[in-house]
Amino acid sequence: MTDDLASSFFGLLSRTAPELLPAHRLSQGVPTGPAEQLSPHGTTIVAATFPHGVVMAGDRRATMGNYIAQRDIQKVYASDEFSLVGIAGAAGLAVEMVRLFRVELEHYEKIEGAPLSLDGKANRLAALIRSNLAMAMQGLAVLPLFAGWDLAGGLGRIFSYDATGGRYEETAFHSVGSGSIFARGSLKKIYRPDLDLHGCATAVVQALVDAADDDSATGGPDLMRKIYPIIMVAGPDGVHQLSDQEMTAITDEVIAGRRERPDGPAAPLV
Amino acid sequence: MSMPFYVAPEQQMKDRSDFARKGISRGRAVVVLRYRDGICFVAENRSLALHKISEIYDRIGFAAVGRYNEFEQLRIAGIQQADMRGYAYDRSDVTGRMLANAYAQLLGSSFSNGTEKPFEVELVVAELGDAPAGDQIYRLTYDGSVADEENFAAMGGATELIADVVRRGIDPTAPLADAVRLAVRALGADTSPSGPRTLGPETLEVAVLDRVRPRPRKFRRLTRAQLAEVLNA
Repeated sequence: MTDDLASSFFGLLSRTAPELLPAHRLSQGVPTGPAEQLSPHGTTIVAATFPHGVVMAGDRRATMGNYIAQRDIQKVYASDEFSLVGIAGAAGLAVEMVRLFRVELEHYEKIEGAPLSLDGKANRLAALIRSNLAMAMQGLAVLPLFAGWDLAGGLGRIFSYDATGGRYEETAFHSVGSGSIFARGSLKKIYRPDLDLHGCATAVVQALVDAADDDSATGGPDLMRKIYPIIMVAGPDGVHQLSDQEMTAITDEVIAGRRERPDGPAAPLV
Repeated sequence: MSMPFYVAPEQQMKDRSDFARKGISRGRAVVVLRYRDGICFVAENRSLALHKISEIYDRIGFAAVGRYNEFEQLRIAGIQQADMRGYAYDRSDVTGRMLANAYAQLLGSSFSNGTEKPFEVELVVAELGDAPAGDQIYRLTYDGSVADEENFAAMGGATELIADVVRRGIDPTAPLADAVRLAVRALGADTSPSGPRTLGPETLEVAVLDRVRPRPRKFRRLTRAQLAEVLNA
């Protein structure tokens, strides 16, 4: 066997066209120093599991310093037919990395004739993030959240990462990005493992609204422009995105509740 | 000092053709044909793991006959080239024509290079159009020649008989089940002393490029259960 990673697109690119790698392109001949202001930042991503899958939601805002770079950015993507990836951090690099990750998974599946296991996919993403370490040191870290339906185990799972490529499996729910502290606090109070898809989607929207409430970089639902969070679901039937109608219904419900109680639903004291 | 025997170039090419043809005709055949919602690939293949039919890209499929290790190598090269190109440019910039050209170059140079053994393979690269009029079926032979087939292609052993059956029955507006049954009937019509054979789902590999599949990747395999349903209907 000549090459241990013959089915890896990342490996192929590194061998034959390294100039196409997201990090390589920037790390050559660029003076070191803070580079945060070069690319807009994506902010908050939330994921939560329910008995028949896992949902992932992202707000739609990208910021550059104190100004809003984009109001309708997409930060949650299907990485293949059974997994999702959401990006926080330097948007320019992150979008490129998601593109590379999607090809990586598809390339393996086509060459081997079978998809990678969910753990295998999570590990490949870790390798891609690790290759971006030089950029992360200059402030261009890419911190994705990965989630998917584990076909072998029959359950939804969530993985988070650090800039060095560390991979951590999360239980039940997790959030990354600037508003994640607030989103996680919110989910702690309202998440239940027995929620159905609608309940779980409502919970992550509540968490994003709480994040937008306290973090200036996270965008809440934009009622004037009808820009709502993107929610994608991975389950035994594959990946799909909640439709505009579904998102409008969930958001309207959440907003109506907040008119009565602006801080969101109250959890019992004990 | 010994002198090599002189072999006329015509003879050399003919010998190489005969060699490649013999290798290819030993294998079981593959039929690729258009149907109402796309392009259907049907191969006689008892293995569930070693495929003769494969996905190359969102709208591009691949089928091969001949030596397994050789067409497997070509299949992987095709996937690598398609993915590389789609990543460097855009997914919509990967076309069947480009792949067919790349394969033709590779097969042709290997065939005319006297120091290498020619490939003992025949390939089909099929591309699904947005509308039926855009469907393309390219057939490539061991010497690198490319044919742009209209509604179907048959390759492997006894292709004359097989192509004859398909030609008489082909209808690009027919539903999938009709196309599969026609292809299976054609594959069973090859020369065997006991007359036409009836091929069951356990001897077949079937996949489609399905225009109505809601995802960007249009390639889909039919499981043996789905296949049994189609054949028994």
